[in-house]
Amino acid sequence: MSSLVIQDLHVAIGEKEIVKGLSLTINSGEVHAIMGPNGTGKSTLAKVIAGHPDYTVTGGDVLLDGASILEKEADERARAGIFLAFQYPSEIPGVSIANFLRAAQQARMAEGEELDASAYYKRLYAKMDMLKIDRKFTSRSVNEGFSGGEKKRCEILQMAMLEPKFALMDETDSGLDIDALRIVSEGVNTLKGPNLGVLMITHYQRLLNYIVPDFVHVMYDGRIVKSGDKSLALELESKGYDWVKKELVTA
Amino acid sequence: MPTTDTLSNELEPVTIENPVAGIDQTKGDFQYDVTYEFDAGTGLTEKTVDYISAVKKEAPWIREFRQNALKVFRAKPMPTHWATKDLENINFDKIRYYLASGQKPKRTWDEVPDDIKRTFERLGIPEQERKYLAGVEAQFDSEAAYSNIKDIVAKQGVIFVNSTEGLREHPEIFRKFFGKVIPTGDNKFSALNSAVFSGGSFIYVPPGVKVAQPLQAYFRINAENFGQFERTLIIADEGSEVTYMEGCTAPKFSTSTLHSAVVELVALKGAKIQYITVQNWANNVFNLVTKRGVAHEEAEIKWIDCNIGSRLTMKYPGVVLKGRKARGEVISIALANDGQHQDTGAKMIHAADETTSNIVAKSISVGQGRSTYRGVVHIPKHLKGCKNNTECDALLINTNSRTDTYPAITVRGDRNYVQHEASVSKVNEEMIFYMQQRGLTEGQAMSLAVNGFVNDLARQFPMEYSVELKRLIDLEMEGSVG
Repeated sequence: MSSLVIQDLHVAIGEKEIVKGLSLTINSGEVHAIMGPNGTGKSTLAKVIAGHPDYTVTGGDVLLDGASILEKEADERARAGIFLAFQYPSEIPGVSIANFLRAAQQARMAEGEELDASAYYKRLYAKMDMLKIDRKFTSRSVNEGFSGGEKKRCEILQMAMLEPKFALMDETDSGLDIDALRIVSEGVNTLKGPNLGVLMITHYQRLLNYIVPDFVHVMYDGRIVKSGDKSLALELESKGYDWVKKELVTA
Repeated sequence: MPTTDTLSNELEPVTIENPVAGIDQTKGDFQYDVTYEFDAGTGLTEKTVDYISAVKKEAPWIREFRQNALKVFRAKPMPTHWATKDLENINFDKIRYYLASGQKPKRTWDEVPDDIKRTFERLGIPEQERKYLAGVEAQFDSEAAYSNIKDIVAKQGVIFVNSTEGLREHPEIFRKFFGKVIPTGDNKFSALNSAVFSGGSFIYVPPGVKVAQPLQAYFRINAENFGQFERTLIIADEGSEVTYMEGCTAPKFSTSTLHSAVVELVALKGAKIQYITVQNWANNVFNLVTKRGVAHEEAEIKWIDCNIGSRLTMKYPGVVLKGRKARGEVISIALANDGQHQDTGAKMIHAADETTSNIVAKSISVGQGRSTYRGVVHIPKHLKGCKNNTECDALLINTNSRTDTYPAITVRGDRNYVQHEASVSKVNEEMIFYMQQRGLTEGQAMSLAVNGFVNDLARQFPMEYSVELKRLIDLEMEGSVG
């Protein structure tokens, strides 16, 4: 049982504060959704937890199983169990998915220890079968010339292979048509379980029809302003974000 | 169900579970004390040239050839009007031009003197020979310490000896082609090589003989303030095929070292020569090499050239496409790290109808490293049906890196076809962050990005060399992260 605890987090890019005192606890087995209008700091939150160098944490803390991760490099956090499914994954020309994942696995091993190649491929193919991904897929260069749906499937496959403790899914539904959305959601649902905590960041409620969250949080102006269960997402869908803004003003 | 091994091979031909012990920069950076029996002293005069010629017991015409070359060398200016001024930092008076422990290479490793043998053992040469080579020549400073060709290849009539022995034992073939592809006066450094050359390989492959395994030469500089001037001549007779590979290392000295080779290839009608270089010089080496081949009718010459290390490399392998339907190719990878300048490229001289040439050059500049591509493609007006394809791709890592491209493509007439593409890309922060987010360190991420950049070329190399190239890139990139 693991926990990811965000405590009164403040984040800035340069002088501009983007996250303004956000607190959230995610435990293994839980699926949290953060919803909110554009520009409220949702994606920033995900990148900061993953250790993106562009952002400065100006206050608060992020704890993985009780220990702060803010001093750690992005790769150390990744090896500790934080996985970010990117909204816009980078292309890595000339590096096949299989080789990339292999390098990522190798990076998790002790120095001098060699990855068992045949066991690795066996595992890779098992995960691909589970996610219904064609075998030819992994010989393609990472994200190069991929459609929106392929990029997201590539992220899900990586997540399946790296078996993180916590997955931060940044706008996983963006750029997907309904079919791709269903396939990707099936993938996430397959990976869900008692050992994985999920934080889904999304603008639209439709993703939550496919991946049903245990908790829904509304983020506005750098803070979580409302939390509830999945019915909150539906309420948001019918009333719009203006409803939250109005409530805030009245409060 | 196929075994997992087969599957992994299908998917990833370049990846290897347990890379063979190749050479890397840490492996190359060592030196054992060696007593030299022959030493031409420091500096270059007529006497130096006479000494080298006398020690080798050469025929009078060779001595004359050398003395004439010395005059040409002195008369020619440095090419610093177009090339880097760093060339002016070479002090020819402080270089030792000939150092050797013996005149005749040994045929078995047991006979090689211990002080030299341990160097090559540490570099893994005898082991590689057993595994996948048809023949090996191992040059230590000026002369080959070891030279051997497998019986099965020798029985086919293939000659594989060092240049000294080639001149002595096979003058009838050697003299006919020697200095014809690259004349003494081609450039200042080809003249220098022609005056003081020693070592290098002489290869002759008889008509129709296809040498199945590669022949390999290994060039090792061991002494400080030394100049290595090997001379290689490869003749593939009609319809024959041969692959030649060379590797090179030197320890890191505080002073500079000069390596100035001349390599001439002749592919007669329908012959194929593939020449592969993986150089890994220490970063104090001036590496100024002239390489050119002549491809006769329907012949093919392919240069695969990987330049890692050195202080300055200037090298533009070329092919003169002399016969109808001849093909020439240069595949080049250059990695310029801090304090290094890789000035490399290719020359394709079309001199017959329906000749085709292909140039693919990839350069990586890291930190303050600088890479330059210079290319010449020449197709005269009277020819028809000639084709050239040139691709130059540069990858920049860190903002201080510099890259220049000087493609000179001269195509006259309207019956020929030329295509040129160039690109410059950067390893950007987002790409590095993406890879780090998957658990790779910054160094591993950069290394993977560079390996991806050269991957389509590395796939064309023999397995052992692509593994070695990957290891060298890994080491360079690991070291470049602050």
